[in-house]
Amino acid sequence: MITKRVLFFSIAFFAGSVAFAQAQSAAGKPGVLATLVKWTPLLFHGFLFNLAISVCSMALGTALGVVLGIFLISRRAPVERSAYWFMQVFRNAPWLVLMFFVMYLTPFEFRTPFGTVPFPDWIKATVGLALPVMANVSEIFRGGVVSLPYTQWEAAQSLGFDYLQTLRLIIVPQAVTRMLPPWMNLYAILTQSTTLASILGVTEVLTLTRNVLGAEGRTELLMPFYGYVLVWFFLYCYPIAVYTKRLERRFAVAS
Amino acid sequence: MSERPLVEIAGVRKAFGANVVLAGIDITVDRGGVCCIIGPSGSGKSTLLRCINGLVQIDSGTIRVDDIAVHALHSDQELIALRKRVSIVFQQYNLFPHKTALDNVMMAPIHVLHEDKSVVQERAYALLAKVGLREKAASYPAQLSGGQQQRVAIARSLAMNPQVILFDEVTAALDPETVKEVLLTIRGLVADGMTCILATHEMGFAREVGNLIVFLDGGTIVERGVPAQFFAAPVEERTKAFLSQIL
Repeated sequence: MITKRVLFFSIAFFAGSVAFAQAQSAAGKPGVLATLVKWTPLLFHGFLFNLAISVCSMALGTALGVVLGIFLISRRAPVERSAYWFMQVFRNAPWLVLMFFVMYLTPFEFRTPFGTVPFPDWIKATVGLALPVMANVSEIFRGGVVSLPYTQWEAAQSLGFDYLQTLRLIIVPQAVTRMLPPWMNLYAILTQSTTLASILGVTEVLTLTRNVLGAEGRTELLMPFYGYVLVWFFLYCYPIAVYTKRLERRFAVAS
Repeated sequence: MSERPLVEIAGVRKAFGANVVLAGIDITVDRGGVCCIIGPSGSGKSTLLRCINGLVQIDSGTIRVDDIAVHALHSDQELIALRKRVSIVFQQYNLFPHKTALDNVMMAPIHVLHEDKSVVQERAYALLAKVGLREKAASYPAQLSGGQQQRVAIARSLAMNPQVILFDEVTAALDPETVKEVLLTIRGLVADGMTCILATHEMGFAREVGNLIVFLDGGTIVERGVPAQFFAAPVEERTKAFLSQIL
């Protein structure tokens, strides 16, 4: 996945930005690399938090998206039309705006008969990101289902399978291979978009980086620190992109 | 006293938009009977079969299979009840490519008839043996030849223990060598007393197994008869022309 060349360029880019910052550093200040190493555990923790948000968002968005997708392929026109417009709204709204919506529309805690349940910012961000994921997954689901020949539906119906059985046992298992590449693509985009959560004040990697830079108060550190985080995201997302391409090619050959 | 026919089709009309596909069809098929529908492409053979198992809704007329009034069915549950009794085998086999031959045969009895898995499995193996493919049970459709796939499709239909099987030009997509093996399988079913309605281009086969030949053209029945009379001494000019082209 991560070829030697990719790794080389990643390290070269990072080393370049460190060297550039070092050259601009005032004498007597701690070394740029040493400063980076010092903050690495904290920042990496933040990065793992981003990944956690991306996984939760993807899981929630996929679950909701499949349900919406089932409505999208409904034979009942009013259901299909409503689902279509619902999907379009969430697919064509900026992700950040959707996050703000969730942020301000939901309380910071819920009162239940069993006590008060907090609703922290990171969960809000997760839900906010899950909405566009839902819309995109529903469209991926719909596209995968309609790409199968109609004769599979006919064969299943002729054997007495009902609508949901046909979907669950015959259509979706075949369509899932076609849905996988765009779904993984979406996940890579989502992972990158988790940094939007910093605007909501979630202490993910970008927020932490900004805090660290504020504490250090050295403008020359901007580039190596942001470059550092950039490389992490790249090394996480790039293999997904490569693997997606590979899957696409394999399924293109198979069908 | 004669028994009531198993399948009764009366005055069936169907149009797709302005295109009239069936313009008043009447056919009755007795229990154990074999009805062969012949006719040029686009004459409405496939559509007629699809009307009988409710895949296509008719515009007017009546279709009765045993005690089910097909033309009056609307809900999914009613249609499922019909399809437990009427199976169809398609020209393009339409096996489920993600399932093995055995699973293709077993799926519907398990999920639709809610039968016990071990019972179904035993029956599925027996049916695959019957169509001569016992050793291909674990193969996927893509690993089978066209003729083998079609025989699995026939086993899949039989697994539902239907009262009637509809065959929609089941040999039309096969090469001549494998046509024989599929026809042999169907011949076996006919010998067992299965009620069959076949849309076919295989005149020799229709003549041999059929006890009613129906010649369909332009959505109407041009001529019908028992095979000996129909093929030896057709009455209508259109039938003569069609047969002379084919035979």
